[in-house]
Amino acid sequence: MTKQVTPNGFTLDDSGQRVVVDPICRIEGHLRIEVNLDENNVIRNAVSTGAMWRGLEVILKGRDPRDAWAFTERICGVCTGVHALTSVRAVEDALGIDIPANANSIRNLMLLAQHTQDHLVHFYHLHALDWVDVVSALKADPRATSELQRSISNWPKSSPGYFRDVQARLKRFVESGQLGPFSNAYWGSAAYRLPPEANLMAVTHYLEALDFQREIVKIHTIFGGRNPHPNWVVGGVPCSIDVNGDGSINMEWLNLVSSIIDQSITFIDQVYIPDLKAIASFYKDWTYGGGLSGKNLLSYGEYPDHPNDWSQANMLQPGGAILDGDLSKVHEVDVRDPEQVQEFVAHSWYSYPDEKQGLHPWDGITEPHFELGPNFKGTKTNIEQIDEGAKYSFIKAPRWRGHAMEVGPLARYVVAYARGHEEIRDQVDGLLHDLGLPLPAIFSTLGRTAARGLECSFTAHKMRYVFDQLMANLKAGDTATANMDKWEPDTWPAQTRGVGHVEAPRGALGHWIHIKDGKLENYQAVVPTTWNASPRDPAGNIGAYEAALLGTPMVDAEQPVEILRTIHSFDPCLACSTHVMAPDGEELASVKVR
Amino acid sequence: MGDQQTFYEAMREHGITRRSFLKFCSLTAAGLGMGPEFAGKIAHALETKPRTPVIWLHGLECTCCSESFIRSGHPLAADVILSMISLDYDDTLMAAAGYQAEEILEQTVQKYDGNFILACEGNPPLNEDGMYCIQGGKPYIEKLRYMASHCKAIIAWGSCASWGCVQAARPNPTRATPIHKVIHDKPIVKVPGCPPIAEVMTGVITYMVAFGELPELDRQGRPKMFYSQRLHDKCYRRPHFDAGQFVERFDDEGARKGYCLYKVGCKGPTTHNACSTVEWNGGLSWPVKSGHGCLGCAEDNFWDRGSFYSAVTNLGVTGGVEATADDIGEVLAGAAAIGVAAHAAASVVSHMKDGSKGDSSHD
Repeated sequence: MTKQVTPNGFTLDDSGQRVVVDPICRIEGHLRIEVNLDENNVIRNAVSTGAMWRGLEVILKGRDPRDAWAFTERICGVCTGVHALTSVRAVEDALGIDIPANANSIRNLMLLAQHTQDHLVHFYHLHALDWVDVVSALKADPRATSELQRSISNWPKSSPGYFRDVQARLKRFVESGQLGPFSNAYWGSAAYRLPPEANLMAVTHYLEALDFQREIVKIHTIFGGRNPHPNWVVGGVPCSIDVNGDGSINMEWLNLVSSIIDQSITFIDQVYIPDLKAIASFYKDWTYGGGLSGKNLLSYGEYPDHPNDWSQANMLQPGGAILDGDLSKVHEVDVRDPEQVQEFVAHSWYSYPDEKQGLHPWDGITEPHFELGPNFKGTKTNIEQIDEGAKYSFIKAPRWRGHAMEVGPLARYVVAYARGHEEIRDQVDGLLHDLGLPLPAIFSTLGRTAARGLECSFTAHKMRYVFDQLMANLKAGDTATANMDKWEPDTWPAQTRGVGHVEAPRGALGHWIHIKDGKLENYQAVVPTTWNASPRDPAGNIGAYEAALLGTPMVDAEQPVEILRTIHSFDPCLACSTHVMAPDGEELASVKVR
Repeated sequence: MGDQQTFYEAMREHGITRRSFLKFCSLTAAGLGMGPEFAGKIAHALETKPRTPVIWLHGLECTCCSESFIRSGHPLAADVILSMISLDYDDTLMAAAGYQAEEILEQTVQKYDGNFILACEGNPPLNEDGMYCIQGGKPYIEKLRYMASHCKAIIAWGSCASWGCVQAARPNPTRATPIHKVIHDKPIVKVPGCPPIAEVMTGVITYMVAFGELPELDRQGRPKMFYSQRLHDKCYRRPHFDAGQFVERFDDEGARKGYCLYKVGCKGPTTHNACSTVEWNGGLSWPVKSGHGCLGCAEDNFWDRGSFYSAVTNLGVTGGVEATADDIGEVLAGAAAIGVAAHAAASVVSHMKDGSKGDSSHD
């Protein structure tokens, strides 16, 4: 290859030093990244390899469609519930089931709670250590840290003594010589820019957030019985409501939900958002990682305000597609149109009869084919270097009208911004104003991270809106939570197909299903990380991870802080992206699915 | 292991008073279902035992076990990670990546050979030479076997590591295989559930750290303190089962009244777990309390036992309500299975006869 320009406008050059980062830690699942650096340690080629393959779609074949949510929920326990919700929506779409208003509100509350908790945990526990130097926090002046904290927020845990205690705890931890999860990392690297006080504040909130996240998910526990992996049901939600009773959701439970919402709003707005701004202010000139974000973005839209209406006008966070960075036009997305969403496998460890063609998920084929290209280095069970000219990932390459797309919080925010969504515009413009940055600054790693934070605040506040909606409906006398009219398979058509979509924390998620004679005939999922971690397609278009890494200078080729920073900004979820499988484990290469 | 702190030293250094430490020991003893006399034993153990290194590996899984672990309220996950154990490797949480992360494994083997706990989340696939789960360019099964050969004991977190779980459901295309079927020469404690309850996970860790041994296990390798009861035995809705008061469909009158979920598929009668006693998310609720039947997620092969909404008829238990996991073992007696179904059916019949369906006067 040496040097080439991709159809989607990126220049790749694999002539320089190859660096392999495997495993990428602080993500869900198993991901490998390889890059080539030029003589100035700038990334000139990037290769994203999904390194695991579990599969659920074929396991689902022949099962009861009403059970599918439980199987698909186990695609991912980090974004728990989102696949379950997508699944029940797909089955309801196929069978023509309308859900009650209360079920719509409760589902929205559960999804909003998931976003809020997931984004919070991602920022502090999976991403912060790319920006925050834990060891530097030992040098902080607790009094100055307190002043910093009080200058950015009203959060009450801000005294010099409080920060002194946390610092003492951290000091003894470091001095014990057993650094646990902080071992062998990149502390002291010039890539870290925060002053010690900001590092101490962030480490303190790492611990506070780890404690607080447990509270947010209790909304799942109340309505779905537990978290992770709460329960769902086709036709509505499994919980009933009897405000005056003691056998189901009553006033005490509802009060607890309301209290959790208040606490969540406070924590996000007084801890997460101020931290995000404080940290971002030290990295304003680290403008890398934009990749596809300034070009092609996709969101299906989420949170139907009224039940059973999937128009974008009814969405609390409207979706659509942006092409070529043109924010003046938001394209409508039709998940049923065979020309729009398609998956390609030319560079994936699967095979198609014609690998130049893409397939719509309703017509999807999954024929696994693990094969390393002619230029790979190592052996089959000890891969030293991937050959990206051939098949190189367990992730397929989804495209929208042929375009590689970025999905996730930044995509949702840019699409909603382009649609003129007032609340989201105010959030984005406010943050940019506070940081003194122009709008194009959001097309970056930092922009992706910032959009996730803003969305976390948005979802926390929207829980209040939806809760009030639920209470108003209950007050009006409607307590229904499930529509069981089409529960029995004898009420179903002999054959039908459906699609369900959800905006999951990591982006656009869709399930496409066929039901035949009461059983699942086919099940296909196209998942956020499949979009973002996508390998190349037959035309040579690169995916969002690969594009975002290009052009990034590394301080030290031995320490992949910058690679982690950008990859983590997408919040990878590999178990989600690589779930497809064949029906017969013993003869994988010769079996055709569908 | 000279540079390791004891748990007590770590807590003291973190500003925790002796009084609080002893209170923690009492709560831990109570949480493990032990009498107050055990609090002293736990305190003694934590004062003298060094912080145990833990290597937490991830195979094919969904990470729900890790997510559940960080939900623990007593003890807090942060206290477990920072004070009780030394979580030296966990690719979901650790700061390092790439070769710097993998180096820690070798360092652990050099430094703590035979003295670290191997915590396994997920399982290895065996098809395609193990390459359906690649870590550092190599099959996960290699890493698992290598670390297992040097560890002291293994915790199999969740139903993936314990039984195989969803990726091993029919037809199990990757040949995803539970830990005990590939590692035969180390003690293994199974902590099944999809996921396991947070406080069950930290309870097992606490026990192992405090006593330096595995908790007492049943014949299937599960800690008796958490898995010796069927959910049905201690279900707060059990009186409704006995009275023949059932939810017939979601959101009916019975559902609003909190009746028994047996007829909408609850697997509580055949599932061994602590949901009905410990409950979830700080003891707040559990699936049955929210109105959905138990899926049976802590049981072997629960994905292939028919629909989650079919009433339990083909599986049963021996020995009635008092049966323990040990009594049941892996062989289920057909006659007794019919017994449970007949019991339920009889309840329903008597219930229908007096025509009081959904009538709370039945209580």
